Amino acid sequence: MSQAPKYELAAEAAYAQGPPQSVGRVLWRRFLKHRLALGSLIALVLLVLAALAAPLAEAVSGLDANKVDLLGRFLPPTAEHWLGTDELGRDLLLRLLYGGQVSLLAGLAAALCSAVIGTALGLLAGYYGGSLDAFLMRLADGVIALPLLPLLIVLAAVDLTKLGLPEAVATSEDVSFYRIVILISIVGWTTVARLVRGATLSMCSREFVRAAEALGAGGPRIMLVHILPNVVSPIIVATTLSVGNIILLESVLSFLGLGIQPPIASWGNMLTGAQELIWSDPALAVWPGLLIFVTVIAFNFLGDGLQDALDPRAIQE
Amino acid sequence: MTRFIVQRLAESFIVLLIMSFVIYGLIGLMPGDPIDLMITADPKLTPEDQARLRALYGLDKPIVERYFNWLSAAASGDLGYSRVHARPVLDILLPALGNTVWLMGLSFVLALVIAMPAGIAAALRPQSASDNAINLLAFAGISIPPFWLAILLIILFAVVLGWLPAGGMGEPGLASKLQHLALPVVTLTLVTVGGIVRFVRAAMMEALRQDYVRTARAKGLSARRVVLGHVLRNAMIPVVTILALNFGALFSGALITETMFGWLGMGKTIYDSILGNDFNLALVGLLFATLTTLLANLLADVTYAWLDPRISYK
Repeated sequence: MSQAPKYELAAEAAYAQGPPQSVGRVLWRRFLKHRLALGSLIALVLLVLAALAAPLAEAVSGLDANKVDLLGRFLPPTAEHWLGTDELGRDLLLRLLYGGQVSLLAGLAAALCSAVIGTALGLLAGYYGGSLDAFLMRLADGVIALPLLPLLIVLAAVDLTKLGLPEAVATSEDVSFYRIVILISIVGWTTVARLVRGATLSMCSREFVRAAEALGAGGPRIMLVHILPNVVSPIIVATTLSVGNIILLESVLSFLGLGIQPPIASWGNMLTGAQELIWSDPALAVWPGLLIFVTVIAFNFLGDGLQDALDPRAIQE
Repeated sequence: MTRFIVQRLAESFIVLLIMSFVIYGLIGLMPGDPIDLMITADPKLTPEDQARLRALYGLDKPIVERYFNWLSAAASGDLGYSRVHARPVLDILLPALGNTVWLMGLSFVLALVIAMPAGIAAALRPQSASDNAINLLAFAGISIPPFWLAILLIILFAVVLGWLPAGGMGEPGLASKLQHLALPVVTLTLVTVGGIVRFVRAAMMEALRQDYVRTARAKGLSARRVVLGHVLRNAMIPVVTILALNFGALFSGALITETMFGWLGMGKTIYDSILGNDFNLALVGLLFATLTTLLANLLADVTYAWLDPRISYK
């Protein structure tokens, strides 16, 4: 009777090697293996913390991020101004931190809005199909096919008072932030919508969805309760990857003078005047761009790592 | 096939018509209108003069009527005058188109020359040091802000080393043109090459997994013949399609590059005309850009059908 147990199935054999691990732990372990993604996550957390600490840094150093000092322009790094001052004598480090708040928030907000719009449209297209599906997917094709940057420039140049917005709203300082988030969401929903539509289509023929239908669940309930939880991972990956692209797009528009408007600082608009300054103070042109670059590449690595961790085809290794 | 192309052409034409209306409407929503600009230029205009001018240019009519007036004029070949340049818009757009073709064409070829070997090498040895290095560089290319890359290149090659001009069109003649094209082409190449490398790598990996590759290896073909004859040929089908579909992104990159280096191409012309309230030029320029992008997409579909015999279009 001392015969070793024989395992009939690979699954049983795998089970015998130890208790099953929760899905979350497996995913986390696979994510940890992706060192670039992990490093990127740490870098991003540090960047966000630094940007959030801007008011604190302002209070501790006794400097004011928006105080113009025409006698102290283009200062090299000193004990007071760690990265020196810009063309108006403002502290560069503080402006970078405040600019980071705006750029990061704009990127995250626009990515989130795009994801929500894309998920909703993708679910509708995939679940109801038919002419709604055809229309939405043609629309997505059309948006993807167009030369986006010139069209975004026109959209960003539109005079909001001509759209019937009250003067006070159209000229307030914050409006450039909301405008850019809305503009990017209008064009940014397509990737998520296509992914969700595809995933929804394959879910619709699965037993649990058919069972829910047989039990009399309505369309909205099936989409939100049964399908959505099963299509979350492609949404997370696509959204993470889109944050980088969106921060890049925001910086381009702000750089061209059509995104975030001064006096609000963003990493993009801090570079607007830099092209004229490269002869006098190249450092001013280097720092904001470096931060955009680091942030965007970190989001891309993070998305790439998440994709590997969440990809069901990669499970067997 | 012919029927498919005709149908797609008709679809593209309809999209172009819709876009022309959208763009016409958006341009009407931009700050100021031509009469406002005349008022700024000549404060002596009385309100009656203004009303007369508005009637003369048809600006008192509703937008739909104005659009159809513009459309019938455009259909008969009258695309209007540029307000800033005081010349027919085509006189400005056609040379700009030529300059953009130089910039985009050279960058595209250069990007392909770099991306094809890099993507293939990465796919043949996945997870190796060379694959990781290529992947890292590709990610860097995708993530770098194009305008910042332009600034860095200007600082290095124009300010510090003084080898190349920082921008502008240069004198007539090929040598000067190429000299002034060098930095813009390098910029546009570097920001587009990363994406292409990743496409090529992914397509090669996908093709390497196929059964016919195993068969080809099993019957004893050399590695070289397997890669070039079986893998590469099949991997190129999605790559060609994606390259054509990416035309819009390439054009967006060209707009930034041209603006940074003062290269008078389509992108810079469109950007300047929007900022300078040059309504006609902006409108026609944007439609030109839309039309070329739509044609590139059509080209993508046709080459896909042509390269992949499994796809048939009734």
